[in-house]
Amino acid sequence: MNDMSLNLEAASSVKPHIRISRVSKTFKTRKGDVHALDDIDLNIKRGEFVSILGPSGCGKSTLMMLLAGLTPYSKGRIEVGEKLIQGPNPEGGIVFQQDVLLEWRTALQNIMMQAEIRKLPIEAAKARARELLEMVSLGDFENAYPKELSGGMRQRVSICRALLHRPPLLLMDEPFGALDAMTRDQLQLDLLRLCRDNEMTVMFITHSIAEAVFLSDRVVVMSPRPGRVERIIDIDLPRPRRLAMREEPQFTAYTRELTEIFKTLGVFREEV
Amino acid sequence: MAAITDVETEPRVRRPSPLRFLGRVSPAFWTLIILLILWELSVHITQVPIYILPPPTAIVKEMIAYWPRLMYNGGITLSEVLIGFLFSILVGVPLAILITYSRVAERAIYPIIVASQTIPKVAIAPLLMAWFGYGLTPKIVIVVLLSFFPIVINSVVGLKASSAEMLYLAQSMGASGWQTFWKFRLPQALPYIFAGLKLATVLSVIGAVVAEFIGADQGLGYVITVSGSSFNITRQFAAIIVISAIGMLFFAAIEALERFVVPWKANPIVASE
Repeated sequence: MNDMSLNLEAASSVKPHIRISRVSKTFKTRKGDVHALDDIDLNIKRGEFVSILGPSGCGKSTLMMLLAGLTPYSKGRIEVGEKLIQGPNPEGGIVFQQDVLLEWRTALQNIMMQAEIRKLPIEAAKARARELLEMVSLGDFENAYPKELSGGMRQRVSICRALLHRPPLLLMDEPFGALDAMTRDQLQLDLLRLCRDNEMTVMFITHSIAEAVFLSDRVVVMSPRPGRVERIIDIDLPRPRRLAMREEPQFTAYTRELTEIFKTLGVFREEV
Repeated sequence: MAAITDVETEPRVRRPSPLRFLGRVSPAFWTLIILLILWELSVHITQVPIYILPPPTAIVKEMIAYWPRLMYNGGITLSEVLIGFLFSILVGVPLAILITYSRVAERAIYPIIVASQTIPKVAIAPLLMAWFGYGLTPKIVIVVLLSFFPIVINSVVGLKASSAEMLYLAQSMGASGWQTFWKFRLPQALPYIFAGLKLATVLSVIGAVVAEFIGADQGLGYVITVSGSSFNITRQFAAIIVISAIGMLFFAAIEALERFVVPWKANPIVASE
């Protein structure tokens, strides 16, 4: 027993990047307590792409906020790297459903906000920002203001902003939820490319089954109210992922399995 | 696309009409000119006495003859307006920041500021004269009382306009309270603050003139009351025109400043993918 724990500590590279142990979150409201998350246990390896999949109201966004340290949790422990999360964790990068671009700054200036606040060397950061814009095919738009950009372009800029400081952890809360289907496909591909070129762990919140399967190494299925981890499914599809894979039997087997889980959870009701 | 446009516009080129310059000026300008001509004509036709309604030409003549005094008194009124306006900003914006950041201040001060707006400021002007005398001070106080309200209200709304996500984003970057204010909240609030400033320009001119009505020995409001008591309606009109000009120029100046400070709101261009 002792030997085992020693071994585990020695092999620190095996130690999960994110450790969520027995975490609960209760919101106090006038109508009483709302249990958003109940007894969440989840470990995420370094470099892993994990999707949190669930219907609205299952607390998946709350889970991301806890991980970012932007909302305090009620019970349990969350560790990212060596750090116990007790307040805002500026080591991560964060992308919301809304792009939250600052209207008064150009695309490049929006990304550079990250460097200004973190006091990164400006010239190196600018080069990195341009490189990121290039990677998402926005090289020609660095001087465009947000209102001059389409929804998909804006969200790409916001992803670049989240990645400027090479965060070891990227948190995304339904980042493509407000986009049309085709733009969404393109941004998924952009994101996968960025993940390949930047070593990082990704926690991706979504309510799209296909999106979760397409992007992830693992999909965490959450049950609604109070949010619990219902199942964790390994997605054993080759990388790089291609759009055509979505039609292949391997892929559809995963989406069918996930759909069945949500059926048993009562999220979907079908006529018999 | 370009080729098609060229072909289509080519035959449309017409010889410039001799009256073409008329179209370059705002239609409102021509409406105004027509109204002035009608005014002039009707005064001459109906033989209205000059102490009831002077014709525009008489007003112009009066303005030329009385120009140095109009400029002097206009300068007095303008200085009251500008000093009062500046004070309104110096009081209004910090108060808005306090209300935005302090829950206690919001609950203790904000309702009173809003409720105080039901007090007719013109009605308390005589009281201010009694307290502060007939000099510059009561005029500035009245200007501030009238113009600081829209500045406070709009600044509060603007400072609170930052979305929760934006503030979370600032936190996730590790921004300090000062950085969050300076780099996120204040720029977000600027268009709102300018809306308040523009309202305040109009109100501060009204405030200064009303204060001069009640007790003054110079300024355009004083010119109006004195001319009125001697039935010099023409001079009253001359003063009114100068007051309007001050109001319009002041408003235009703030608008120009807005275009300079808040350029991202000024030129709406929308591109798509």
